[in-house]
Amino acid sequence: MLVTLSFYLLAFVAISSALMVVMSRNPVHSVMFLIVTFFSAAGLFLLMGAEFLALLLVMVYVGAVAVLFLFVVMMLDVDFVELKQGFLQYLPFGFVLAVILLAEMVMVGAAYFFGESEKLAIYNDEKSNLERIGEVLYTDYAFFFEAAGLVLLIALIGAVVLTLRTREGVRKQDAHTQISRTRDEAIEMVDLPSGEGVG
Amino acid sequence: MLNLHLVIPEILLAVSASLLLGFGVSKTKNRAPIVRLAAIVILLVYAVLGYALGSQDGEAFKGALVADSFARYIKFFIGVAAAAGLLLAGNYLEREKLDHYEFSVLTLYAVLGMSIMVASNNLLSLYIGVEMQSLALYIMAAFNRDSLRASEAGLKYFVLGALSSGLLLYGISLIYGFTGTLNFEQIAISINETGLTLGVVGGLVFLLCGLAFKISAAPFHMWTPDVYEGSPTPVTGFFAAAPKFAAIALIARLVMGPFGDITDQWQQVIIVLAAMSMFIGAIGALRQTNIKRLMAYSSIANMGFALVPLAAGTVAGIRGMLVFMTIYIITVIGIFACILQMRIRDGMVEKIGDLSGIAKTNRGMAIAMTIFMLSLMGIPPLLGFFGKLFAFLPAVQADLIWLVVLALIASVIGAFYYLRIIKTMWFDESEHEFIVPVRALSLTSAISAFLLIGLVLVPFIAKSGQNWIAIAASSLS
Repeated sequence: MLVTLSFYLLAFVAISSALMVVMSRNPVHSVMFLIVTFFSAAGLFLLMGAEFLALLLVMVYVGAVAVLFLFVVMMLDVDFVELKQGFLQYLPFGFVLAVILLAEMVMVGAAYFFGESEKLAIYNDEKSNLERIGEVLYTDYAFFFEAAGLVLLIALIGAVVLTLRTREGVRKQDAHTQISRTRDEAIEMVDLPSGEGVG
Repeated sequence: MLNLHLVIPEILLAVSASLLLGFGVSKTKNRAPIVRLAAIVILLVYAVLGYALGSQDGEAFKGALVADSFARYIKFFIGVAAAAGLLLAGNYLEREKLDHYEFSVLTLYAVLGMSIMVASNNLLSLYIGVEMQSLALYIMAAFNRDSLRASEAGLKYFVLGALSSGLLLYGISLIYGFTGTLNFEQIAISINETGLTLGVVGGLVFLLCGLAFKISAAPFHMWTPDVYEGSPTPVTGFFAAAPKFAAIALIARLVMGPFGDITDQWQQVIIVLAAMSMFIGAIGALRQTNIKRLMAYSSIANMGFALVPLAAGTVAGIRGMLVFMTIYIITVIGIFACILQMRIRDGMVEKIGDLSGIAKTNRGMAIAMTIFMLSLMGIPPLLGFFGKLFAFLPAVQADLIWLVVLALIASVIGAFYYLRIIKTMWFDESEHEFIVPVRALSLTSAISAFLLIGLVLVPFIAKSGQNWIAIAASSLS
């Protein structure tokens, strides 16, 4: 009962926020609705017992992709009014794509309900699929895991090498020189004869 | 079964590159020269390490990587070529104010990627090796970030490289889907059991197309001229040698290993790639005026020649490819050592016309360059002739005579532009004098020119070299 209820709730939120992504006028709102869509899709995955996929969706799509979209929308001056001008022109093409997608979904659904499709076997044991993936990731696939880490490191080096510019003559606060100042550098002892002043 | 002792060369590269990365970070001191020197030493050690540790064969990381004499042979030349590339780069980077220590670190990572490529025994390690190598190379192509041309080269290389990665991944997914495994031996077994399926053939074609990008075989060569021209010259020299050898070795391992039983399926792909590359390389180079662009087309043509023996699909073919590529790499390192000497007082020049009359002013360089050009043409006393001989003979034995005839026609067309460079150097009026090069450049070009003449004259070395290559090739059968 609760599962069914939460499924319909999540599905409703997913579809309506997906609609809002394309309908809303403000592009920032679109991205926000996209994040809501991702979250509800993650919830749907959780209901199906695929908690690893759910976590991945939140981490990768919400954490990285959607934030990247947000950056692009906010940093670049994209004229959305101009972008929407060709909307009617491309409508037939979009319509054809939508029909193809719909046909595919109908076929998949028909095969599922009426065809002799094989249902996936489900491991019924105590271990969650997070644990199962972790077990092979750090044993059988340890080499690929480490090597992929090195690939990411190279990408990181590239981003720094190609963009970092050290500007000359910029006054910066340097905590180390501030702290390592000694008394001798900071104070000068002057012997003044009394009654004469500095002047 | 980790078998870590079989991957000590790779571990050495990974650990030392990461340590050098940490060592190079310094706000006050310029540590680039020290890092470069250390990287050269590490690369030379890496090159011989596989042999020094007793030439053990086997599989490491549960079949992800394999150590055999084929991989050891390629690794030796990749290591030496990369070390030579760094040695040649030093002076250029200092003069062009590009001397960042990351250059050497990226070279090490690129070599690690190539090492994984040639040792891969699994489609996943193949992909990771290709990606690691290419990412490092994209960055090196755009290393001169203030130059519009270098940025363009880096961007073009990156976008087309990403496309080729897409092809590669699609091919891998098809093969995985239809055979149910990523391991090379298991793929061969699965193809034997279930027979040939359309999905496997499609995956194989996509895989070969993705790798053809990496060796710049036509029709996947479009990026080569622009990237060669735009990148800093030492980077171009590096591109032309080690990565090509690694990628073509990977193709050889793929077609002989997992797909060794379906020769007629991939043979036609290799033949088309070879024939198109030879002609596009030869004809495209005719009208070039920039020597780096010319070398780009020359490398396209030479990759075509290297694919000819592979098309035979025999161990003799692998041997021919190894002989040809080894000689080509020696030549190309020498040529780029010469191109890096083309420096007048105002900076680097790279027009072919700038070479005019250097026989009078820079006689040593002119002689070396002449030897390289004659060797690339395949004139008999030089090593280049034997390269082509060993490359074309297996194809003749495999009844691909018409392909060899095409290769010979392409060689004759190619001879035109190699001869034109010789004519420019010896018979044209001199325009300007190049400044005296640093010792490393002239020494490198002298060594490789000497190798091209000398190895033929000393039968003892030539004989043992042939044995070495024969052992390497036989481990793929």
